[in-house]
Amino acid sequence: MSVAALVAPRAVFVKPSPLPGFGLTFGFALTYLSLIVLIPLAVLVWRASGLGLDGIWRVATEPRVLAALRTSFVTAALAALANAVFGVVVAWVLSRYSFPGRRLLDAVVDLPFALPTAVAGIALAALYAPNGWIGSLLAPFDIRIAYTPAGIFVALVFIGLPFVVRTVQPVLEDLDREVEEASATLGASRGQTVRRVVLPLLAPAILTGVALAFARAVGEYGSVIFIAGNMPFRSEIAPLLIVMRLEEFDYTGASAIATIMLAISFASLLAINALQAVSRRRLGHA
Amino acid sequence: MRDAAIAESPWVRWLLIAIAVGFLALFLLLPLLAVFAQALSRGLGPYLSTFADADTQSAIRLTLLVAAIAVPLNLVFGIAAAWAIAKFSFPGKSLLVSLIDLPFSVSPVVSGLVYVLLFGAKGVLGPLMSDWDFKIIFAVPGIVLATVFVTFPFIARELIPLMQEQGSAEEEAALTLGASGLRTFLTVTLPNVRWALLYGVLLCNARAMGEFGAVSVVSGHIRGVTNTMPLHVEILYNEYDFVAAFAVASLLAGLALVTLVGKSVLEWRHGDELAAVRRH
Amino acid sequence: MAVAITAQGLGKVFNGTAAVDRLDLAVEPGELLALLGPSGSGKTTLLRLVAGLEAPDAGRLLFGEEDATRLAARQRRVGFVFQHYALFKHLTVADNIAYGLRVRPRRTRPPEAEIQRRVGELLDLVQLNGLGKRRPAQLSGGQRQRVALARALAVEPRVLLLDEPFGALDAQVRRDLRRWLRDIHERTGHTTLFVTHDQEEALELADRVAILNRGRLEQIGTPDDILDRPATAFVAGFVGEAVRLAVEAAPGTIRIGAQPISIPTGDVSGPAALFIRPRDLLVCDDGPDALSARVIAVRRTGPARRADISFGPGLPAVEVELPATSSVRKGDTLHVRLTAVRLFSSSRRGDDGRQS
Repeated sequence: MSVAALVAPRAVFVKPSPLPGFGLTFGFALTYLSLIVLIPLAVLVWRASGLGLDGIWRVATEPRVLAALRTSFVTAALAALANAVFGVVVAWVLSRYSFPGRRLLDAVVDLPFALPTAVAGIALAALYAPNGWIGSLLAPFDIRIAYTPAGIFVALVFIGLPFVVRTVQPVLEDLDREVEEASATLGASRGQTVRRVVLPLLAPAILTGVALAFARAVGEYGSVIFIAGNMPFRSEIAPLLIVMRLEEFDYTGASAIATIMLAISFASLLAINALQAVSRRRLGHA
Repeated sequence: MRDAAIAESPWVRWLLIAIAVGFLALFLLLPLLAVFAQALSRGLGPYLSTFADADTQSAIRLTLLVAAIAVPLNLVFGIAAAWAIAKFSFPGKSLLVSLIDLPFSVSPVVSGLVYVLLFGAKGVLGPLMSDWDFKIIFAVPGIVLATVFVTFPFIARELIPLMQEQGSAEEEAALTLGASGLRTFLTVTLPNVRWALLYGVLLCNARAMGEFGAVSVVSGHIRGVTNTMPLHVEILYNEYDFVAAFAVASLLAGLALVTLVGKSVLEWRHGDELAAVRRH
Repeated sequence: MAVAITAQGLGKVFNGTAAVDRLDLAVEPGELLALLGPSGSGKTTLLRLVAGLEAPDAGRLLFGEEDATRLAARQRRVGFVFQHYALFKHLTVADNIAYGLRVRPRRTRPPEAEIQRRVGELLDLVQLNGLGKRRPAQLSGGQRQRVALARALAVEPRVLLLDEPFGALDAQVRRDLRRWLRDIHERTGHTTLFVTHDQEEALELADRVAILNRGRLEQIGTPDDILDRPATAFVAGFVGEAVRLAVEAAPGTIRIGAQPISIPTGDVSGPAALFIRPRDLLVCDDGPDALSARVIAVRRTGPARRADISFGPGLPAVEVELPATSSVRKGDTLHVRLTAVRLFSSSRRGDDGRQS
C-alpha cells in the first residue's frame, strides 16, 4: 500500500468520532422521519401533481375556494398585524416593568400554546355570541363578532399572540441598555430613542414573530370553526373546505387546496429564514 | 433604579401596563374563565354527571391511550435525532433539522389529510388495507398517526440545540474512563438534558391530548370508538349540550393549566438548562 | 468653550450602600482628569451621575456656573463614551455620528448639508475617512471606539465623559489609542473625565488623577503628587507595586519585625503601615539605617533583576530591584536602605491598603 493511500482522507459520510451510536440513532431518526412525515407529505404532493399546475389553478380559482382562501389570508394577515402591535406592547411591559402579577401574566401568554384549540373555539364562540358576555355588550350597538369574519379574526389573534411575544421578548431583554443611554446623552427624547433606536433593533424579531403568527393562523382550524359561522363566500376558511371535500371523498380537490396551503406555509418559512439571514448580516451577530 | 435616564414617564408606563393587562385579560383569561363558568352554569350536579356518561369516559380513555403511545414514540425519536445531530457531523445536517420542524408549519387539517390519502378507502394503500382487513382511517391507528405527526418536533427541537451547545467533551471523558456507550448516555448525557426532556414531554403531551384538526380528519367521529376528548367536545357542542361540552372542555383546560404551571416552574427553576429559554 | 465640573456633596445609594458617598470634586476647565479606583469604588457611578444617567440622592452638580443637578441626560450636552461603545448597530458609521444632530428639534437642527460636512470633519478627526458607509459590525474594536468618540463629539458637548474607554481592547491598540486620545484632547480642549481601573493608563494620560475608594475621594492631584506624595494609606497601597508591612513607629524610628531603623516618622507613632515599592530599596552595606533581609527568590524582569526578600519570619516578602549583573542568589543575606518613606498610622481612616 502506498503512502498516499494511507494519508488520503477516505470519503466518509460522518466525520470520525470517538462516540458510538451514530448508525443506530441516525438510521432510526431518518426512518421514523420518513415514515411519519416525509412519505405522507410526498403522497400529498404526488396526488396534487396528478392534477397538473393548471388543474390546481382551476381548483384554486373556483369562486368558493377563492373566497375561502381570501378569508383565511385576510383574517390571518389582520390578526398578525394586531398581534404585532399588542404583542410588542405585552413583550415590552413583561420585560421592562415590574408590577404585581407580572410573572403570572408572563405565564398566561403561553395559554394559547397549551389550551386545546377546540376548547378555545367553543369558549370564544360562547363569549362573543349575541347572548355571550362580550357579545351581549356589543349587541345594542349592532356589532356582531361571532359567526362573522370578525370572529375568525378574534380566534386568530388568540392563537397568534404568543408567537410575537415570545420572539420579541428575549431580544428586548438582551438589548443593551447602554445603547438607549447613548441615545439619551446625545440629546434624543425618550420617544425619539424608542422610534429611532429600539424599534429598528427589534424589527427583525417583530417581523419573524408576525410571520410565525401568520403561518399558524392561515392553517388554523379548531379554534376558528366554532366562532366563524362557516358561511360560504363569507366566513368559510380554507382548511374547512379541505375537510368538506374529504367528507365528499373528493381526495383530489382536497389535495389541491392542501397543496396551495402547503406552498404558502413554505413561502412564509422561507421568508422567515431570509429575514433572519438579512438581520444577522446587518446587525453582525448570530 | 439604574435606569433613571432611560425610563418612560410614569403615565406612559402605567398606560402600557394597562393595555397589556387589559389585552391579555380580554383575549386570554376571559375565554379560560368562560370555559369553567359555562361548565358550571347549571351547578355541580349536571357538571359531574357528564363524566358518568359512557361516551365521555371512552373519549377520556382514548385520549390517554393516544398520548401514551404518541409521546413515548416521539421521545425515543427526539433522543435518537438529538444524539445523531448534536454529537456527530455529517452533510445535510441543517436540512435534517429543518425537516424535523416541518410538521409545525403544516395546517393540522393537512396533517390529517396526508394519512387519509395514504390509508383511506380511496388512498394509495387503501386497497391493501381492505385486503388485510386492517383499518387505519376512521380507527384508532389513524388517530395515533395524526397525533404523532403534529407532536413530532416538540421533544427533538428542545433537545437538539441544548445538546449541541453542551458539546461532546463530557461524553468523551466518560468513554476514556472506560464507560460503555450506553452507560455514557445514561450517566452523562441524560442527566445533563433531563429538565429539557421533561419540558419537551410536557409540551408534547399537552398537544397530543388537545389536538383537534388533524385527529378530526382521520377519526370519523364514531362515538365510544374513535372519539377523543376534543372531538367529543365538538359533538356535544354541536348537539347544543353546552354544559357537557364545557365540562369536558374544562378537563382539557385544567390540563392546559397544569402544563403552564409545570412549564413555568421548569423555566424558573431550571431556566439555564432549557434550550427554549436560552434561545429567548 | 471648556467648562468646569463641580460636584458638591454628591451622593448616590444603591440598595442601602453608598456607591458615591457625599463627594466633593472640582474639575478644572479643559483638563483631562482620570477617575481611578478598584472595582466598586464608585468611579463609574460618579461618571454616570455627571452624565445624568443616574439621579443623585444628595448634593449638587455644576457645569460652570449652571446648576445641572436636576437636568435630564438629554439636556446636559455631555459627550459620553461607553466601555462597550454602545453604537447603533442598525445605522452606518456616518449615521451614528450624525445621530445627535438629527434628533435635535427642528429649530436648532443644522441643515442636512451642514450635518454631512460635520460628519466628514469628525471622520477626519478620528482617522476613519472612507468608512462612513460601513456598519459597526464591520469595524474592529479600536475603530468602533473611535466612532463612539466621534459620535459623542458631534453634539459639541460641554464636557466629555469616557467610561473605561480602552477596557475592551487589547494591549497594543490600547497604547495607540491612549496617545491618540491625548492628542485629540490637545486639539479640542474639552473638559474630559475618564474612568479607568488601570493606573498606568491614568497616570500616563491624565493631567490630574482622582483616586476613589468606597465612594469617597482619597486624593486628587497630578501623577507626581499621587506617586510621590500619596495622601492616604489607601493611595500608597493602590498605586505603584507597593507591599504593605505592619510596623511599630516611635518618633524618628520604626521597627520592622525585630529590626529598628531610623527614618523620619512625622507625627506617626504606634502601630503603622509602611508601603514599599521595588525601587524604594537600595542595596547597601550594613549600617544603622540599613535593614538585613534574606533572599527568597530572584528572577529576571525585563532589563533588570528582581529579588523577593524578607525582613524576618512572618513578614510578607518585599520586592527589590537589582541590576541585571547582580550575582545575588536565593538564601543570601542582603542589606538594604529605604530611599522613600510612605508611612501611615494604622488607626487612621482609610487604612485598608491591602491591595498592592
